[in-house]
Amino acid sequence: MATAAAHRTTAEAQAGEAERTAAYEAAFDAAVAADERIEPRDWMPDAYRASLVRQMAQHAHSEIIGMQPEANWITRAPSLRRKAILMAKVQDEAGHGLYLYSAAETLGTGREELLDKLHSGRQKYSSIFNYPTLTWADVGAIGWLVDGAAITNQVPLCRCSYGPYARAMVRICKEESFHQRQGYELLLHLSKGTPEQHAMAQDAVDRWWWPSLMMFGPPDDESAHSAQSMAWKIKRHSNDELRQRFVDIAVPQAEALGLTLPDPDLRWNEERGQYDFGAIDWDEFWNVLKGNGPCNEQRISQRRTAHEEGAWVREAASAYAAKHGKAAA
Amino acid sequence: MTAALAPAALALGDDALVLSHRLGEWAGHAPVLEEEVALANIALDLLGQARILLSLVGDEDELAYLREERAFRNLQLVEQPNGDFAQTIARQLYFSTYQGLLYGQLAAGDGELAPLAAKAVKEVAYHQDHAEHWTLRLGDGTAESHERMQRGCDTLWRFTGEMFQPVEGVDVDWQKLEAGWRESVGAVLERATLTVPEGPQSGAWSAGAGRQGLHTEPFGRMIAEMQHLHRSHPGATW
Repeated sequence: MATAAAHRTTAEAQAGEAERTAAYEAAFDAAVAADERIEPRDWMPDAYRASLVRQMAQHAHSEIIGMQPEANWITRAPSLRRKAILMAKVQDEAGHGLYLYSAAETLGTGREELLDKLHSGRQKYSSIFNYPTLTWADVGAIGWLVDGAAITNQVPLCRCSYGPYARAMVRICKEESFHQRQGYELLLHLSKGTPEQHAMAQDAVDRWWWPSLMMFGPPDDESAHSAQSMAWKIKRHSNDELRQRFVDIAVPQAEALGLTLPDPDLRWNEERGQYDFGAIDWDEFWNVLKGNGPCNEQRISQRRTAHEEGAWVREAASAYAAKHGKAAA
Repeated sequence: MTAALAPAALALGDDALVLSHRLGEWAGHAPVLEEEVALANIALDLLGQARILLSLVGDEDELAYLREERAFRNLQLVEQPNGDFAQTIARQLYFSTYQGLLYGQLAAGDGELAPLAAKAVKEVAYHQDHAEHWTLRLGDGTAESHERMQRGCDTLWRFTGEMFQPVEGVDVDWQKLEAGWRESVGAVLERATLTVPEGPQSGAWSAGAGRQGLHTEPFGRMIAEMQHLHRSHPGATW
């Protein structure tokens, strides 16, 4: 009967499809195991694709939200040299946002869709940017600690299994490294400046130290995506390993700056060859992540407002391009 | 530098300093990510020009942070608040066209500002291109963008006359500059389906107001914000 034949054909086709998928999956696994790069047109598991889009989007969102706390000081920068450095840094962050949205686009998810998810709260950005920049020294503390923590997280991403993300990270890490040095240099200058400037630097470090340690994410046993991301070689080291690496680098830098870190339990552990540090207040971390940080509302509302008030500009660019047959701005 | 050059360096340096500051206010507020990059880029070019020019006169930070409002010599045009994106673009169109022609003439001459102008003219060509392209997109985009762009051009028109008042020590043909500006801006507005604004090109002050240290109210607030931290720590370095 014709119907039975059709059923048989469908079943055969399904079996063939499953076999092909298995073969693709084996090829994908082998490529990851051999440290080869996965490229946009390669076959990849749906969950790998989704996980990468989620991570790249969150990273891109962090870059553009992260512009706000620093842009807060552009108009008040206390010297023209510092103003030029800060403007260039905030501009770099916009540029990083552009690369990362483009990298996410290679997996079929456009910038508009991702921005929409950011604005509606369906995707997150790094919680660190929900803390306020209260003084000029905060610009230095962000550079030294926040960008320093970001680099510790991001350098291994240059070897991430997904090609476009890994390549974007190479350039981003170079620029972040410059950002970190400018933050350190800014704080060093304040620390060695007038007593008021020194106090300003110490206050900023006191406020940014713990949130910076939280940037590495929850402890390994509570991290939702870690194990799978490590198996896929999107992530190379665990949250706790990276956090420890950051502390070990930051402590001697703080000493060189002539500033203290606000942790009475911080001490060198000869046996481990690493610094021990005090307990992180994870309640604060989860609370800020849930939306209750000092600036969550302000950051997202500024982002939404800029986007909504810019709608007519983007519409005009599209309308002009349609009339004149050119790509939109 | 010869002392005779100070008024010129101050006027052109203040233009660049003040416009750079206004463009810096866009950071985090631009309508599209590409414009975050572009506006910051223009602001940085202008800040670079300002630092070179002010350093010809004295200490760049003392000049930027410790002068009172009445001592600034910038055009009133560049201190005008950003308004919407269209008004910012209108300000960019008017100013970058002026600056391009001014530096073009200076670069072609053999005065002390020629080397600086030769570098700046390349930067300004990009600023002008950016402003012209956006004027076209907004003017000939949607009904709303057309209306906003026209309003931006109209609003700032009365600050344009001051640009053509000779500046002491700036050796250019001012009539030629004005004619070139009218022709260039007129052509862009026409292509953008916009109307060249009518009405006076200066306010009730005698033209040349900003160049004589007479500014508009928003400028006082702008430099209050700009100078606050620096002035709060007398003698400190940053």
